[in-house]
Amino acid sequence: MSRRELLVAVLVCVAFALLAFLPVLPNNDMLMALAVPIAMYTVLATSWALFSGPTRYISLATAAFYGIGAYTVAIGLESLPYPVLLIVAAILGGVVAALVGAATLRLSGVYFVIFTLGLAELVRQVVTWFQNNFTGTRGSYVFTDITEAHIYWQLLALAFVVFLIGWLIGRSRLGFAMRIIGDDELVARHVGIHTAGAKIALFIVSGAFAAVIGGVMAPRFVYIEPAIAFSPQLSFMVVIMALLGGVHRLWGPLVGVIPFTIAWELIAAQFPSQTVLLMGFAFLIIVFFIPNGVVGLIENAFQRTRNRGGREHG
Amino acid sequence: MDKPVVLEVRDVTKRFGGLVAVNGVSFNVHEHEVLGLIGPNGSGKTTMMNLISGALAPSDGDIFIGEELMSGRSPRHIARAGVARTFQLVRLLPTLTVLENVMAGAVFGHKRLWGRALRVHAQRQLERVGLGGTGDAPLSTLTYIDQKRVELARALASNPTILLLDEWLAGLNPTELRTGIELVASLRQEGKTIILVEHVMDAIRSLCDRCVVMSSGTKIAEGTPAEVLSDKEVIQAYLGDDHV
Repeated sequence: MSRRELLVAVLVCVAFALLAFLPVLPNNDMLMALAVPIAMYTVLATSWALFSGPTRYISLATAAFYGIGAYTVAIGLESLPYPVLLIVAAILGGVVAALVGAATLRLSGVYFVIFTLGLAELVRQVVTWFQNNFTGTRGSYVFTDITEAHIYWQLLALAFVVFLIGWLIGRSRLGFAMRIIGDDELVARHVGIHTAGAKIALFIVSGAFAAVIGGVMAPRFVYIEPAIAFSPQLSFMVVIMALLGGVHRLWGPLVGVIPFTIAWELIAAQFPSQTVLLMGFAFLIIVFFIPNGVVGLIENAFQRTRNRGGREHG
Repeated sequence: MDKPVVLEVRDVTKRFGGLVAVNGVSFNVHEHEVLGLIGPNGSGKTTMMNLISGALAPSDGDIFIGEELMSGRSPRHIARAGVARTFQLVRLLPTLTVLENVMAGAVFGHKRLWGRALRVHAQRQLERVGLGGTGDAPLSTLTYIDQKRVELARALASNPTILLLDEWLAGLNPTELRTGIELVASLRQEGKTIILVEHVMDAIRSLCDRCVVMSSGTKIAEGTPAEVLSDKEVIQAYLGDDHV
């Protein structure tokens, strides 16, 4: 590990330690109302970008995994301890991701997008059908003694884990393989990379994270039903935020998540019935004007000034 | 030839719908041999290279690497078995540095290095192709022949038992061409087994031990460069009936 990496690692740990004190601050209701979604979207967008960044496959399956996790906790609460349920959620999310990945990652990007969008709907219909036919009620109550602060701490811990895993992947053969795949998949195959395997592995990681997040958030809903747990809006929000920040750096999505979540909370409070329309606009603006995200803009500007400096010297 | 056969192509056919791109072609490649695969445009040479490297699966026939039947296996398996290739149009990895491009060849395939050993190994491959000291440069700073060198270094990095060069000398100016031929000649000196698809006659004459000539998907001649280049059918295929 280089000196610079060590410094970054220390700073990151300090930042996380400080953030952990947020729930004990006085009069923190407003702050917590923002901190929970920011932490949630940070994990979702960062784990999403681990897969979609290098492969450039836009996955809209986040809601499917999230819903699976939420339902795992909602249904299992009476029979299993909560921490075990989160592990079950991670495994279920990973298994579904593996199956979907094996079935679709050989397809080209467009088909993958459509399939993942349909997946959330498919799982939702299955859950609805199951509840209609076997449990008699559409929704489930989630009664726990888990407080907002507990949820926040769990999300913060997950954010730490997702950054740690992302960093480890970046240093590993898998990370190197993904960079090669992202640049030229044909070359990747010809240098001996199991391209489908590498892509599925990262899709499993992002699916497992989204499922755990769903499980962590379930107690916050108190009452969940398929329309809430499998909301497609969540999938789109994750994509928008990750693209806004930039997906080619591990910390890129974070740069998108913080301003977007704050702006979104304000907008949603002002115009509750136009949110989908506004989300569409945000999508268009980001894709057209900042395709490489804010991080890409910053890096380009930095590159330009450096080049200009270089020319003056030369 | 007494040297062992490292690649055997037996009655290989490749059809794309109604088009027969390669039609019942057979040939052997021996260890330490440089085999030229030549023929007019559209004769199926690149298709043949794609069949050997696993980019395409043959419709019929078998390809053996050493003792193992490899036709129909994925490019990944074939790369692991020791076949490395360059592409007709240079394919480098644009977001990676020069050194990383070379490293890519030595991590997942026939050679599986990582860490410091990988960097040192990749550095040595760059020196081998005459690009020592450019490792951390971005690709955009490279000239065309240097890009081709990087691609060659990537292929060499896997320490291949068979190296496929698909028109590696195409598009070079006369000075670069001389450098290029010398470079391939040096690999030949090292005892590499090479199959090269080439149009440059000077290169074929000076580099190849043997040539396989293809025309319209079939093999029309096989032998030393001198033999095949004076063959009636070969001249006819290249220049038309008037010149026979």
